[in-house]
Amino acid sequence: MLNPLRNLKKNIEESQITKSIFRVGIPNTDRKRVLIMLGNVFLHLHPTKVKTSGVKLRYTWCAGGLSFFLFLVLTLTGVLLMFYYRPTVDFAYTDMVDIREEVPFGIMREMHRWAAHAMVIMVMLHMFRVFMTGSYKPPREFNWVIGVVLLVLTFLLSFTGYLLPWDQLAIWAITVGSNMAKATPFLGAGGPGSELLQIGGIPLIHSSDDARFLLLGSKEIGGITLNRFYVLHCILLPLVAIVFMAVHFWRIRKDGGISGPM
Amino acid sequence: MAQAQQENDAGKQPSQREQAIAQLKADGVWKAPLDRRKFITTAAAGWVIFAAAFGGLSAILAAFMAPRLDFTKAQKFRAGVPDEYSNDSVSEQFKNTEKVWIVRTTEKILAISTVCTHLGCTPNWSENEMKFKCPCHGSGFYGPRPGVEPGVNFEGPAPTPLPRFKITLADDGQLTVDKSQMFFKEKGEWSNPESFVAV
Repeated sequence: MLNPLRNLKKNIEESQITKSIFRVGIPNTDRKRVLIMLGNVFLHLHPTKVKTSGVKLRYTWCAGGLSFFLFLVLTLTGVLLMFYYRPTVDFAYTDMVDIREEVPFGIMREMHRWAAHAMVIMVMLHMFRVFMTGSYKPPREFNWVIGVVLLVLTFLLSFTGYLLPWDQLAIWAITVGSNMAKATPFLGAGGPGSELLQIGGIPLIHSSDDARFLLLGSKEIGGITLNRFYVLHCILLPLVAIVFMAVHFWRIRKDGGISGPM
Repeated sequence: MAQAQQENDAGKQPSQREQAIAQLKADGVWKAPLDRRKFITTAAAGWVIFAAAFGGLSAILAAFMAPRLDFTKAQKFRAGVPDEYSNDSVSEQFKNTEKVWIVRTTEKILAISTVCTHLGCTPNWSENEMKFKCPCHGSGFYGPRPGVEPGVNFEGPAPTPLPRFKITLADDGQLTVDKSQMFFKEKGEWSNPESFVAV
């Protein structure tokens, strides 16, 4: 009775398919367990060892982990919203309302918004915790800089996502936000120093090529702005954030794991 | 002998682990490890919660993909009163908008599909030859004339007759065509009373 089962188990374990997927085999020694961690693209980002203090909530607040968790929630709900949302002037607002009213579990849209707010708060709490515990000090100073970039990317994701509902709040919030870009030193048409950038009396920075114009793709918010923000929000910024997050997590491991109390 | 004696002594000595546990007990911070029964029940409960959460999430994802609103263009349209169509005539009024010919013979009114059964081109109605002639590969289908069924293929590569749509007479006397229901001759469906309106 047992022999056929044992043969089956043996055949599965020694088949080319199993061996090509699970290179190391059954992890029955410490060496094999370590090799599994090293050979897995997701696991190898994590430290092989975590200090006891590293899992203490009172010390880390799990703020970084929760930020990443919220990023995953936002990715999942965001991909689902993309099935219904069309980033055009005609459809953006009505699609947003239809997701809420006419799609089963349309709360997906609210979850995306709440998680977005929570992620901004959580990333700032994470930064506060890291600052207060002095975890930015050597050898972690490079990872702190990566973290600052991630904070800016979080803000940019939040900002670009703000326009997508295409309601009055969205349009005027982005109007205010993009008017700030007009005041960028040198690169904004209304910013200090922009009048210095000219060749023979012809200004290089004007309202058709300054930072605000590049952000909106137009002199005022319109369909091209909506499309621009949609691409930034759904494709470009998340891709950049994923790359920086991978470096961030890998650096934690390389810099001696989660920092602990002295 | 000496080796056995040594092992015996070592057995009497508390191990490093035992010493550490004794120290923790003395300090009053010793917590008993999870026993086997508790470990299994906790693990089982964990798996049940995980399965429930995963199953629930999958169900939500599946439900989310099926919207309650359907923006498909309406499949029904009104085609006027029967008197608008004369005997043995073909109306191309709805050819571009609905892809339907309204055909009236001496006995009945039909709603015939304008999609060629060969490769999906749109045949032309030829009044002189009284036939539907496909410009792509030359398939021909009968028009409304005595002795033949309109829409039956008789030349060219088309394998089957043009299908007919459901056509009914509404209470207000108007013809109503429902494109969600088709009737095929090769399935013997042209005798279905919903496939024509008798005149």
